[in-house]
Amino acid sequence: MQSTGVLEAKKKRADSSKPLLMKGPAKKMKRHWQLYLLILLPLAYIIIFKYIPMYGAQIAFRDFSPVRGFTGSEWVGLKNFSDFFNSPNFWILIKNTLIISLYSLAVGFPAPIILALALNEIRSMRFKKVVQMVTFAPYFISTVVMVSMIILFLSPRLGFVDLIVRMLGMESINFMGIPSYFSSIFVLSNVWQGIGYGAVIYLAALAGVNSELYEAAKVDGASRFQKVINIDIPGIMPAAIILLILNVGQIMNVGFEKIYLMQNPLNTSTSEVISTYVYKIGLLGANFSFSAAVDLFNSVINLILLLSVNYFARRVSDSSLW
Amino acid sequence: MNKSIAIRESLGDRLFLFLVYAFLAVVLIIVLYPLIYIVSSSFSSPRAVISGKVWLFPVEPSLAGYKAIFSNPQILTGYANSLFYTFFGVLINVSMTVMLAYPLSKSTFYGRGFIMLLLVITMMFSGGLIPYYLTVKSLGILDTRWAMLLPGALAVWQVIIARTFFQSTIPKELGEASELDGCSDFGFLWRIVLPLSKPILAVLVLMYAVGHWNAYFDALIFLKSQELFPLQIILRNILILNSIDASMMVDANQMAAMQGLRDLLKFSLIVVATLPVLALYPFVQKYFVQGIMIGSLKG
Repeated sequence: MQSTGVLEAKKKRADSSKPLLMKGPAKKMKRHWQLYLLILLPLAYIIIFKYIPMYGAQIAFRDFSPVRGFTGSEWVGLKNFSDFFNSPNFWILIKNTLIISLYSLAVGFPAPIILALALNEIRSMRFKKVVQMVTFAPYFISTVVMVSMIILFLSPRLGFVDLIVRMLGMESINFMGIPSYFSSIFVLSNVWQGIGYGAVIYLAALAGVNSELYEAAKVDGASRFQKVINIDIPGIMPAAIILLILNVGQIMNVGFEKIYLMQNPLNTSTSEVISTYVYKIGLLGANFSFSAAVDLFNSVINLILLLSVNYFARRVSDSSLW
Repeated sequence: MNKSIAIRESLGDRLFLFLVYAFLAVVLIIVLYPLIYIVSSSFSSPRAVISGKVWLFPVEPSLAGYKAIFSNPQILTGYANSLFYTFFGVLINVSMTVMLAYPLSKSTFYGRGFIMLLLVITMMFSGGLIPYYLTVKSLGILDTRWAMLLPGALAVWQVIIARTFFQSTIPKELGEASELDGCSDFGFLWRIVLPLSKPILAVLVLMYAVGHWNAYFDALIFLKSQELFPLQIILRNILILNSIDASMMVDANQMAAMQGLRDLLKFSLIVVATLPVLALYPFVQKYFVQGIMIGSLKG
């Protein structure tokens, strides 16, 4: 106790050139002023491009006029929201959004896990590497190219899918024009593109599983399948739960870009989701306040989902985001 | 008794292993086949493509599609624009990311908890598309090249990855020692931290570069002038909206040939647009995997 006091006093003497009032944080900040200088520009970016739009989200409660800006327009309360809830599109949009996202979650979430578990089983490093390299590659394909590929493959005139359909003796099918096929095409192509990328984290988690567990299992005479069930799956659980929480938090944000590109006049009855609607009404139709309200509603639902799933995960397991 | 169990189990194991291999083989074929089909089609003749003769290898090999691409000024401009946006975008992205991530990695940095909170909030909640668009509009950069560089100048997720890397690989003692030697924070960052951080810099460059090369949404909402369009917008016009400038066709009188060339062009265009990323692929994959893992450390 005493010795620290002495040290403190020494320090004070040494720093006597600096004003005595600067203590604690202020002193630290002055000594590391260069770090604060560094952070200034990125911080300005965050405030301008992230926080000002958040502040601007209040136009959902206003009748926005571009001349008066975010805060100058008149308050209209919840009018924009009630307009949305009462519009005939409301339930269709909710339904389409939920179907596509729950379907994505149900198929897209386990797929990389299964791939990782399978890759973890095989001993041939060469084959493992080949499968990993090939399945990882589609991740780098841009959304525009991905959607063009889907349209080309499924086109009734030239796609190879059509070749297969005809080889099976069936009539050509215009896949992109049939509303009930839309969600499957969207979800399965997502799996095709993302499975290898998604498997990487799980492979890392599997590599971290204690090898003594496998030896113990061997001694106990467990089969390969039992090892997968009792060692591998619990081993990747923490990673899986975290990714699941993140996915659920995005449930209402199904990929705008891809869906928008995949839409055509024939399939809009199942392909119109909240984000594409916001874009069309808001930016193309210049109906700023209404579409901001739709968007805000969407963000709030997402946030609630994220918070509740995280809460739930913390209650039932050891893993959670925070 | 004991022996028979052992045999039965190993049989079961062998069957299981066989199923695993079969499953992986099927996955391999499903992922690989469309890629091969695209490349093979792009090197075939227009006639072979529209009559559905291509199924594995190129039929009647030709470079007609590629010739059409490289004689189209629109596509070339788009290519050049995408290179421009990718180069300068990555430059801005990586500098901004390091400028934010490095101070946040210092445990002595006062206010770091608060700034981290500010960052994490933006990952969970956003103002939405319309206020975002209006903000960019009020900055007066709509329909300029800045609109492709500034709004995406930083990705919070990459900041967190970089911060985690700095925290776990740059020993604290190094900073303290250099401070005693009178090295400034700038000097330490520039001369010590950055040279030691090549792996994470590579990860950032690659992730941001792939993002810029493939980006299409910002261009869709912020750009109106044709001459500013990145490749992805041109691709969308040609591949998805099916609008091809008639002047690019060699012989407009021959409708059939035109249609064939138009279809062939799509395959070649897909290859050409994906080439820059795929050329880097082996390199990219290694670092990407590293990046995903660093990111997952901190969940």
